Amino acid sequence: MSVAASSVPRRSLGDRFWSTAMVVLIAFFVVNVFGVITSVTVSSFATRWLGTWLPSGWTTRWYSAAWAEFQLDEVLLVTMEIVFIVVALSIVIGVPAAYALARRDFPGKKAVLLLFLLPLLVPSITYGIPLATVLYQARLAGTMNGVIVANLVPTVPFVVLVMTPYIEQIDPRLEAAARVFGAGTFRVFRHVLVPLLAPGILAAALLVLVRTIAMFELTFLTAGPDSQTLVVVLYYSVFAAGVRATQSVDAMAVTYMVTTLIWLLIALRFVNPTQLVTRVKEQPKK
Amino acid sequence: MTAVERQLDRTALLAVPGILVVLLLFIYPFLHGLVLSFEPKEGGGLANYLRFFSQPFLYNTIATTLWVAIPTTLVNVGLALPIAFGMRRNSAWQRVLTTILVLPITLGTVLIAEGLLTYLGPQGWVNRLLIESGLASSPIRLTHNYWGVFLALIIAEFPFAFLLILSYVTGIDPALPRAAATLGAGPRRQFLHVYLPLLAPGLAITFCLCFVQAFSVFPSAVLLGAPAGPTRVIAIAAYTAAFEEYDYSMASAIAMIMGAVQLIIVVAVLALRGAFYRGPAGGAKG
Repeated sequence: MSVAASSVPRRSLGDRFWSTAMVVLIAFFVVNVFGVITSVTVSSFATRWLGTWLPSGWTTRWYSAAWAEFQLDEVLLVTMEIVFIVVALSIVIGVPAAYALARRDFPGKKAVLLLFLLPLLVPSITYGIPLATVLYQARLAGTMNGVIVANLVPTVPFVVLVMTPYIEQIDPRLEAAARVFGAGTFRVFRHVLVPLLAPGILAAALLVLVRTIAMFELTFLTAGPDSQTLVVVLYYSVFAAGVRATQSVDAMAVTYMVTTLIWLLIALRFVNPTQLVTRVKEQPKK
Repeated sequence: MTAVERQLDRTALLAVPGILVVLLLFIYPFLHGLVLSFEPKEGGGLANYLRFFSQPFLYNTIATTLWVAIPTTLVNVGLALPIAFGMRRNSAWQRVLTTILVLPITLGTVLIAEGLLTYLGPQGWVNRLLIESGLASSPIRLTHNYWGVFLALIIAEFPFAFLLILSYVTGIDPALPRAAATLGAGPRRQFLHVYLPLLAPGLAITFCLCFVQAFSVFPSAVLLGAPAGPTRVIAIAAYTAAFEEYDYSMASAIAMIMGAVQLIIVVAVLALRGAFYRGPAGGAKG
């Protein structure tokens, strides 16, 4: 580092202008993101907010209004139920697949990796419409099962692609040693693999959880009246915003935001934030 | 020997449930949709496609969507590249900024659209600032039109582009630019002659992923745009066909067209990259 620093020529005016411009741009972006979040929050506590910087008075009544109007306790329950089942199923299906991909070479492995990569690259609305069609014909769509099944499409491959490199860095000799001492597959799994994999599984589960709470398209396309998650209810409430007070919709939005952010904060204790995004980095390019 | 081989096979079989999920819920619906799109409600096999390409109300959605997706993708990748490059070394800042940028991704497009309605609306802080600073005499319309969707896509996709490019930039061996610096190359020449050629594949992939996401924009086009006119994007057309006209055959046809356009642009970008790029991409990582 010091070599680089001393050998870089003195920074010219142009370079300094350039780096200042970068800082200004990023600050502008961040200010606007916080502006969006803050204005929703402020509005949800406002008695009346027209043509001023801040509302004329503060109240919490929109929360009780939104809670009753959107039956939020019911919606939160459905959301958590769907999300936890999706997380559990994607771990149970995804981790063994990741294990197979990390430990074995078999014919067609490249094709399998591509197969797991595709649902993450194709946008959910593009495949969501054919998927919803199939699920409606199978009479699954409109129910909670349909929503869960649809959400597995991106989450199972996500778990596979997060867990494969994680399993690759675990020394296979540990399993071999356990086998030498007579442990069967189940005991190797229970006493060697599970403890070693636990941190990786926890991280993958939290990432899936955060992504599934925010997954709008697939849930929207497959949910019926009793199986809408928080984000879908939020969409409908904005869609039909004319009939309600803005503050009520904003209170609903803040409820969604808080739910998501609590889980994000928990997740950030265990994972690097970029893991939410750069899942595609682990490409089957070898 | 045979026991060992059987063991190998059994481990590889762990991938089967995961593969089945993708085959049944991703590949099969796609093929089903493709077949269904050639079985229109009325008319011959190609009737859906003929109808799509003969009615301006339908075929114009391609141009409308491109008109939203290409500029926003160019802006996002264009801004993300220099900013990620500028941030490549400062790790304390990196962590803070990536955490902030993960916020809009985690909150998702529906919340961003909802928040922007308040923030950019005629009573919102942006217009307040413009009017009080004298830059505008009356509120500027930024919602329920093209710009609403444009800005929503910047807020939603810029962090994605940035984090992805940052992971590519930090993946480049710092010894290479250091060597260039030793030979007297300033930051600008390091960028042009060392980083840019090595980043080309990553940039092409980032562009493709951002474009594909923007091309399937849905909730913000409905909530923040003018879904009957200037932001009637192709996803809205597909959704309308499926869930308002209950014409799943037509909806599948539109979804296939949507996928085809995305594929064409992706192939074009990757081909362009191939034309500009010489030498192995992984070489830099040692």
